[in-house]
Amino acid sequence: MANDPPGGGATATATPTTDFDERPNATPLERVQHVLHANPLLGPLAVLIIAILAFSLASGRFLSAANLGLVLQQVTVIATLALGQTLVILTAGIDLAAGAITVFSSILMANIATKLGVPGVLALIIGLVLGTAMGAFNGWLVTRINLPPFIVTLGTLSIFFSLNSVVSRSETIRGSDMPAIMTATGSTAFRLGGFSVTWGSIIMLLMFAFFFYALANTAWGKHVYATGDDIEAARLAGIRTDRVLLSVYLVAGLIYAVGAWILMGRLASASPNVGTEYNLNSITAVVLGGTSLFGGRGLVLGTLVGALIVGVFQNGLQLAGVDVVWQGTAIGVLVLVAVGIDQWIRKVKA
Amino acid sequence: MSQPSLEKDTPGTGVREPVLQAKGLVKRYGPVTAIASGDLELYPGEILAVIGDNGAGKTSLIKALCGALIPDSGEILLDGKPVHFRNPMEARLAGIETVYQSLAVAPGLDIADNLFLGREERKAGVLGSVFRMLDKKHMRSEAKRHMSELGVATLQNIGQAVESLSGGQRQAVAVARSAAFGSKVVILDEPTAALGVKEGNRVLQLIRDVRDRGLPVILISHNMPHVFEVADRIHIQRLGRRSTVITPQSHSMSEAVAIMTGAAEPPPHVA
Repeated sequence: MANDPPGGGATATATPTTDFDERPNATPLERVQHVLHANPLLGPLAVLIIAILAFSLASGRFLSAANLGLVLQQVTVIATLALGQTLVILTAGIDLAAGAITVFSSILMANIATKLGVPGVLALIIGLVLGTAMGAFNGWLVTRINLPPFIVTLGTLSIFFSLNSVVSRSETIRGSDMPAIMTATGSTAFRLGGFSVTWGSIIMLLMFAFFFYALANTAWGKHVYATGDDIEAARLAGIRTDRVLLSVYLVAGLIYAVGAWILMGRLASASPNVGTEYNLNSITAVVLGGTSLFGGRGLVLGTLVGALIVGVFQNGLQLAGVDVVWQGTAIGVLVLVAVGIDQWIRKVKA
Repeated sequence: MSQPSLEKDTPGTGVREPVLQAKGLVKRYGPVTAIASGDLELYPGEILAVIGDNGAGKTSLIKALCGALIPDSGEILLDGKPVHFRNPMEARLAGIETVYQSLAVAPGLDIADNLFLGREERKAGVLGSVFRMLDKKHMRSEAKRHMSELGVATLQNIGQAVESLSGGQRQAVAVARSAAFGSKVVILDEPTAALGVKEGNRVLQLIRDVRDRGLPVILISHNMPHVFEVADRIHIQRLGRRSTVITPQSHSMSEAVAIMTGAAEPPPHVA
């Protein structure tokens, strides 16, 4: 404490300034911990880059423009769901119903358009509203009935999937039977050489940009982090945490419903039998992106990277000729490592 | 009122109006009486310590003052006017800032974010009104100003996450927040309880700085040396009511403890 800054205490006492700086010398490992703590995107980006390098060595086709475009298309739906999932996990919650809301919304949109003959745009809007309502229902249960998010969404997961079967009668609706707008998200927006980008990917990226902004630059974003970090502290600081939580589940529902539209474009159909793996895949992407399952910590950009890691691994292992059954093992190991690192970073010392 | 109220010997000038006053507060939880008769006066420019054994009702009394508890009866006067707080936010808006023992900081957010948590400032114009954009630059510079005003000068990086700070530094952030926004009263609940000797002393200095900037402080503490070091007057709470008010000059620590525990008869109000 060599430099005593001017000013300080006005009273005449022994300590002229209130100086709290007494950080001991850190070991190299502690420095790594600090760097990772201060830059949560670093870890996920490193994994993504290493994976891309490794797979491009393993397969000459991996780095081709066409293949990278395919990876982007493959991750679009999961990335969208993972965006909503990120918001929920940031509040120290978890959304097991993400996939169910997505699939059920797509079934509702398609059935409203084809069975009820509602115009495509209107059917989409109704589907978006219903998806939002499903998210809001989760939020209502979490905030008003005070149930843990895990239990709430475990229950609604079951409810939405079952209603999904009732509404769809387990029938897939083909894209050709729907109004064109409903599968428009699957069509190519632009091409750069062999690298083609669908409208769905563009919508997904725009949503990431929007929520990146909202979380970093608005009071709502700060309140989401504070609520997830320490809900009691947030409440004492005057934040209406119930409102924050409700808004997060509601917005997540809307994001999943947009995901439903993107899903129909990707599959060129609305199928009630997809999506069972979407929940866990979305959580995987969030965790790989460095967002903490304990809440209050994470970035939506990390989730985008996390979703890309999943996509790169699935695609790369396939191109490298690894049996598809090993994909799960690879992703699983990554998840465990990511969570382990998160725990370690959280223990960062003052 | 069980005690004759003598308000003549307040430090400094002669007769002064209390900034914050509680009169005959009562709070019962079924058969349990938390506050039998809550009386308290806080005068301008003083540090009033509130001490009492566990269960003496000091926490309930303080909670009533900061809006976290609604008394069954009795009166709270702020600047002589009756106030009725239904929640902590209303007390804050009235100018009473409380630093809870749990600090109420969000560990993952940085110092500036924490200082403005719950009262963020938005940018002027369209950016603020339509895009809801926060004025981070202004909040940071304000945060920096508040921290350095309190002499917490070495916290150079206002963008540092609070969880990377030590206990004393976190306390400093919480105290700075209350000093920055408290326009009338700052209430500190056990601010030195979790701290080491050195950091505890620094926080005591912070408390003096807050008072010297003109904000009266209510300090709830179990730590007798700390209380006797900084308090101007000491309010002793016992069995749900005010036992007496002493000063560090009028009584010794052991006498205070004896009054607090009932081993000694409470003297009439000294202060």
